[in-house]
Amino acid sequence: MSVGIIELLTIFVLAAFVGNEVVSKVPSILHTPLMSGSNAIHGIILVGTMTIMGEAHGTVQVTLGFFAVLLATLNIVGGFVVTDRMLEMFKAKPAERKAQDDPGRGGSPS
Amino acid sequence: MTLFTWINLVYLLAAIGFILALKGLSSPRHARQGNLLGAAAAVLAVAMTFAIPSVRHAGGRLLLIVAAMVIGAAVAVPTARRVKMTAMPQLVAIFNGVGGGAAALVSTTAFLVLTSNEAVRTVVSRSVVYVNGIPTLHVVSVASSAGKPAIYLIVEVILGVVIGCVSFSGSAVAFVKLQELITGRPITYPGQQVINGLVGVAIAGLALATILTANAWLLLGVALLALVLGVIFVLPIGGADVPVLISLLNSFTGLAVAASGFSLGNNLLIIAGTLVGASGILLTRMMSQAMGRSLPNILFSAFGSVVTAAGGADGAGADVRPVRAGTPEDIGVLLAYARKVVIIPGYGLAVAQAQHVARELADSLSERGVDVFYAIHPVAGRMPGHMNVLLAEANVPYDQLKEMDEANAELPTADVALVVGANDTVNPAAKNSPGSPIFGMPIINADQAENVVFLKRSMRPGFAGIDNELLYNPKTTMLFGDAKDTLTKLVAAVNAS
Repeated sequence: MSVGIIELLTIFVLAAFVGNEVVSKVPSILHTPLMSGSNAIHGIILVGTMTIMGEAHGTVQVTLGFFAVLLATLNIVGGFVVTDRMLEMFKAKPAERKAQDDPGRGGSPS
Repeated sequence: MTLFTWINLVYLLAAIGFILALKGLSSPRHARQGNLLGAAAAVLAVAMTFAIPSVRHAGGRLLLIVAAMVIGAAVAVPTARRVKMTAMPQLVAIFNGVGGGAAALVSTTAFLVLTSNEAVRTVVSRSVVYVNGIPTLHVVSVASSAGKPAIYLIVEVILGVVIGCVSFSGSAVAFVKLQELITGRPITYPGQQVINGLVGVAIAGLALATILTANAWLLLGVALLALVLGVIFVLPIGGADVPVLISLLNSFTGLAVAASGFSLGNNLLIIAGTLVGASGILLTRMMSQAMGRSLPNILFSAFGSVVTAAGGADGAGADVRPVRAGTPEDIGVLLAYARKVVIIPGYGLAVAQAQHVARELADSLSERGVDVFYAIHPVAGRMPGHMNVLLAEANVPYDQLKEMDEANAELPTADVALVVGANDTVNPAAKNSPGSPIFGMPIINADQAENVVFLKRSMRPGFAGIDNELLYNPKTTMLFGDAKDTLTKLVAAVNAS
């Protein structure tokens, strides 16, 4: 066995303590962005979907793998972009924000 | 150093990036950098994954990977950019659900790879070359030594599939509730908890059978039942509580990702998934505390299914009891000659896209020397902190935003409490009627101001579906209509007086 289950469990337990520690004091205004940001972070399953595609054989496995990559990409890309958009609002900007009344209008992602 | 040492080193860097990202997101000053750091870590890790030989030499599958990524990004970026800020909670629910779905698919595929003999042979022969470190090779080398996948490998797969599927279907139901495609009210039926329990037991039984036989069809059964469980688990949770639920499902997806990480022997997935799982549970508890309720109470009490508030309010009374309705001109004068006005915004303000007009009104009043500030309930809007985001979007100055406790200290001396599209967060039933479902929730004490003005579309109860006594209070004036229209008229009336 190259990497044992015990090593993986050790990493898991330590990461759980770290996760608990880093968000111990969060002001309520940041609850939503934090949820959204951590939502983006678990999108790193994308790495797992790519790895499994590398090992997939046959139509069933490849199809499952394809949809896995697709869903994971939605999660990670959408997650980080929407979080950034939320946090953008927290910055006090002197300039007038143009698209503010009409979020559906702008076509270009910028 | 071998290639795999490099890959794992880069994964370690990415894991550190994620930890710092979460830390940054917990403080207002570093939140945005934190998020960007997380994104950079993700890009780094994904780029390095392309260097894994089995991925790099995957041929047609490599093309499929790239195609899926391009399609995914082409859908996700415009959606995330264009969504209205009011619809943000739904979008987070979707992005969370697809993450759970991806984790379930990875675990399922890992199981198929494990149990397919041909794959085991090919991969094992490669694992001789690249020892130590590379995820999938590790799995299969363990599998081959036992002849059939070791039990703990199947357990890891099942955890990933069950948690991922619950998160996927649960988030989907949360989405349709928030989008109001189905009622936001709790959906209950007799024996609900018993049925949920039975589905849980059935999953456990099938999971055991899967472990013993390593049969893919049994695993499919586990996945389908887990999808059902996700739906029936979410149905009885009322719309007002759905944001807390999304936070919990977010934490679940983290754990599903960690389980997939075990299956693949991938440290990065374990660390990132567990970070989200652990911090998500904590965040969920903080959110329920902000609503003055316990998490089990939110999940299992079908909160808000009782439509009429307890404490004497008779059900039929809601429509026939007299209320005082005012005109914009009356209210404009009241506001213009007040000394202190507290604006209490709620979801209705956001729906009407009235943040900017609300700011105009506040500016006009300030110019006349009226002391104006906003009282922000922790769960105003649809998610904790949602209202701050919406008001910041309208460039409302920070010093005009007051948190609940601070605002409550000022309300007894306020002349007017102007409630714009809020309802449940100012409902005195939370303090006065022990039988009410929202009893104990902290509220903004609008009832302590000398005058209360409600800007509301109708007499309909708020999201929690509970009648509000304050609407019938003699010092309350109602101003019916769309918040944006009404506020525009109020601005004109204030400027005219």
